[in-house]
Amino acid sequence: MPKFTLSVNGETRTVDVRDAQEPLLYVLRNALGLTGAKFGCGLGQCGACTVIVDGEPVRSCLVPVATMAGRQVTTIEGLGTPEKPHPLQAAFVAEQAAQCGYCVTGMVMTGAALLARRPAITREEAQQALAGNLCRCGAHERILRAMLRASRKVAA
Amino acid sequence: MTRRVSLPRREFLQAGGALVVGFTLPASACAQRQSGAERPASGRAGANEVDGFVAVNADGSVTIYSGKVDLGQGLRIAIPQMAAEELGIGVERIVLVEGDTALTPDQGATAGSSGIMRGGVQIRQAAATAREAMIGMVAARASKPAAEFDTVDGEVRPKAGGAGIRFGDLVGTRRFDINVDPKAKLRDPASYTVVGKPLARPDLPGKVAGRHVYVHDFRIDGMLHGRVVRPPAVGAKLVAFDEASIAAIPGARVVRINDFLGVVAASEWDAVSAAKLLKSRWSESTPLIGTSAVRGWLRAGPFAADETLVQKGDAAAALAGVTKISAEFYWPMQSHGSMGPSCAVADVRDGKATVWSASQATHRFRETIARALALPKDAVRVIYLDGSGCYGMNGHDDAAADAALLSKAVGRPVRVQWSREDEHGWDPKGPPQLLALEGALGDNGKINAWRTQMWIPKATASLPNMPLLALDAAGIVQTPGITTGLISQNGDPPYAVPHQEVIVHWLPDAPLRPSNFRAPGKVANCFAVESFTDMLAVAARRDPVEFRLQGLSDPRGSEVIRRAAALLGWGPRPASAPKASGRGFAYMHYKHNESYVAMAMEVDVNRVTGVIRVRRVACAHDCGLVINPDALAAQIEGNILQTLSRTLFEEVAFDRSRVTSVDWASYPILTFPDAPEILIDIVSRPKEPPLGAGEASATPVPAALANAIFDAVGIRLTTAPFTRARVRAALG
Repeated sequence: MPKFTLSVNGETRTVDVRDAQEPLLYVLRNALGLTGAKFGCGLGQCGACTVIVDGEPVRSCLVPVATMAGRQVTTIEGLGTPEKPHPLQAAFVAEQAAQCGYCVTGMVMTGAALLARRPAITREEAQQALAGNLCRCGAHERILRAMLRASRKVAA
Repeated sequence: MTRRVSLPRREFLQAGGALVVGFTLPASACAQRQSGAERPASGRAGANEVDGFVAVNADGSVTIYSGKVDLGQGLRIAIPQMAAEELGIGVERIVLVEGDTALTPDQGATAGSSGIMRGGVQIRQAAATAREAMIGMVAARASKPAAEFDTVDGEVRPKAGGAGIRFGDLVGTRRFDINVDPKAKLRDPASYTVVGKPLARPDLPGKVAGRHVYVHDFRIDGMLHGRVVRPPAVGAKLVAFDEASIAAIPGARVVRINDFLGVVAASEWDAVSAAKLLKSRWSESTPLIGTSAVRGWLRAGPFAADETLVQKGDAAAALAGVTKISAEFYWPMQSHGSMGPSCAVADVRDGKATVWSASQATHRFRETIARALALPKDAVRVIYLDGSGCYGMNGHDDAAADAALLSKAVGRPVRVQWSREDEHGWDPKGPPQLLALEGALGDNGKINAWRTQMWIPKATASLPNMPLLALDAAGIVQTPGITTGLISQNGDPPYAVPHQEVIVHWLPDAPLRPSNFRAPGKVANCFAVESFTDMLAVAARRDPVEFRLQGLSDPRGSEVIRRAAALLGWGPRPASAPKASGRGFAYMHYKHNESYVAMAMEVDVNRVTGVIRVRRVACAHDCGLVINPDALAAQIEGNILQTLSRTLFEEVAFDRSRVTSVDWASYPILTFPDAPEILIDIVSRPKEPPLGAGEASATPVPAALANAIFDAVGIRLTTAPFTRARVRAALG
């Protein structure tokens, strides 16, 4: 079985996969037990599986694990914890910016990548950045507020 | 967002928004649920017993057992708030166990906005009974009247002061062994310290950090991953399959039970790959009518029955020989569209079954699974774990049946997660609705006559469970029929109309398997009734807000209407010709006896592209006693945004064989750039009973939008969704 060595949340992880085309998402959720990234569509349309690879938000349901060798993968688990949240995670909690919460880790990863690049954002910029992240419960308003709250904190 | 709540938000906003919650989802409860451990000391008690809902633990904490579950709507904080208030204990010392058939009483499905209104109220009464019992124990010991004691901070204390006795020391882990007393006195709302506070939801820190365990994330030892191969057409029969076609995937195997075809494998990707690789041949099947035929199909019948639901005065006579206004409204079939596809884990072995499911109704579903597996009910346990949102019966029960059949076949626990194509293609759909309305004004400019006719599918009476795909395919007998929710309500106007009737033409079936979808039927009914009210207001040359107020005698209704108008800054309509932006209004008294909602909306319409941009939505909401105003506001926001999505974008497409809108490109929903500003005004009425809020504020959305579009550009949209093409066509 092909073996791949990945850097996930700053740790080197080696995984055996039968199929080098296995998407990163399945490796994260099963072999590595990192279930924060969710399967939503497997088509790159909804953003629930978003992780950060070398600073960019990436749809982990689409990228084969084989292409991840030597790259820096950050998942929601590497961004922060309930006890020590990333400023954006803290902002999501402060704004109570989730209902079912299934899509929310993908939102946070997309948002965190944006804020890392561009700390001071407007509501419209947040709307555009999250245009490819779908939410069915209708938490959009709160998520945008959380983005702006974190932006104020990160940019300050 | 602006939010006006008649309670201070200081608690919520203090600490710079850190909003640290005093407790997280208790690890003990999770461990108990996941290990299958039995309930300590008490065992499961019935819904008429205090022990069914309340258990005092030795450490003085209290476990609340709730048959209603948190689907994302915040019951995980609201129910502990209600229980804590009555018990006299900090909410952080309540452990909540939800929807586990071995542990929690059957409180019915978490549906129909009943979580607080019925489930929470039941638990509140049990908690009040428990409080009286504990006070009674202490009073008896002290030979003093019970009235001299109260419960505070987890202790029974003399009101006059002095040492108290901790719940844990008083009750230990013993049962109460008393029935819930419907007369147990509830605390005076004026004294509330927990209910009415915008406390943070305990599960959000874990959800936002990716640590919360959804059913999708749940794993048990020895578990295999399964996938079901759905047929290429509804009703197709499996002719043949070739197991050799998946030989390249080590350990993958095929399970076939009649037309039920599935694969299992040790790894999830192997299961996905095997399902894709497996060669199968199916019979031709074209049982469907196709999207474009639905409207005609509804009108044509044959009908199971015609029924008059409302008859006041003589609508037929009052509509004869006068200038009538009439319109026909159509609401399409829609998908629940949960972000994550349906998923479940089942372990069916040794004459027992355990199912981990996002079911809205674990107790009801237990009976279904028991029948399907030919097991006694007591041998089956269904345990709720969070799914990906729930707005009615989506595929969660189907996925659980898939997993149960596969697990039974292979003798190992099996996890099944649907694909996106499965979810969009096979989740049960919100049924289509057609309404024709006729009305006439009286000489006084008020509505004198009104007739609503509906053409809608009729739900099967006493259906034990929506027929499930896996059981159907496997040839396992289940009661045939359809479920829709109560889709004929609110077809009559909420205003004083002397002559009115509502007639339903019931269809015996639906074009695709239907189920209840948020505010069943009432989204479309309010669309029709409140659009039509607007048409009558225009005919009467009256301001739509004033026209509505004039027809209402219920002061709670009038109050939300006035507040929503004020919130948006509604003024008398400008008399100018149609412009590019407009304002619309709609009102709903949910089921005529639940929550009151009024909504005002402001939109821009681009005449060239047909794009509708909703700028602002203002909602005034009265659901009586408010348990948690922030969780309530979240529900209102969600109702507004989700229903805007349904109104603007959503219609399931299908041909003669199958659903063809099977992803987010062919079934688009509202995205962030579409999200309007939302203004909410919550009317808090602490002395009124708490009513449901999970649905009511969804219902006025389409009419408020249609009325705003009419105000903006003079077109009356009566068919949802309001796609660009439809807007352009209407504009000519």
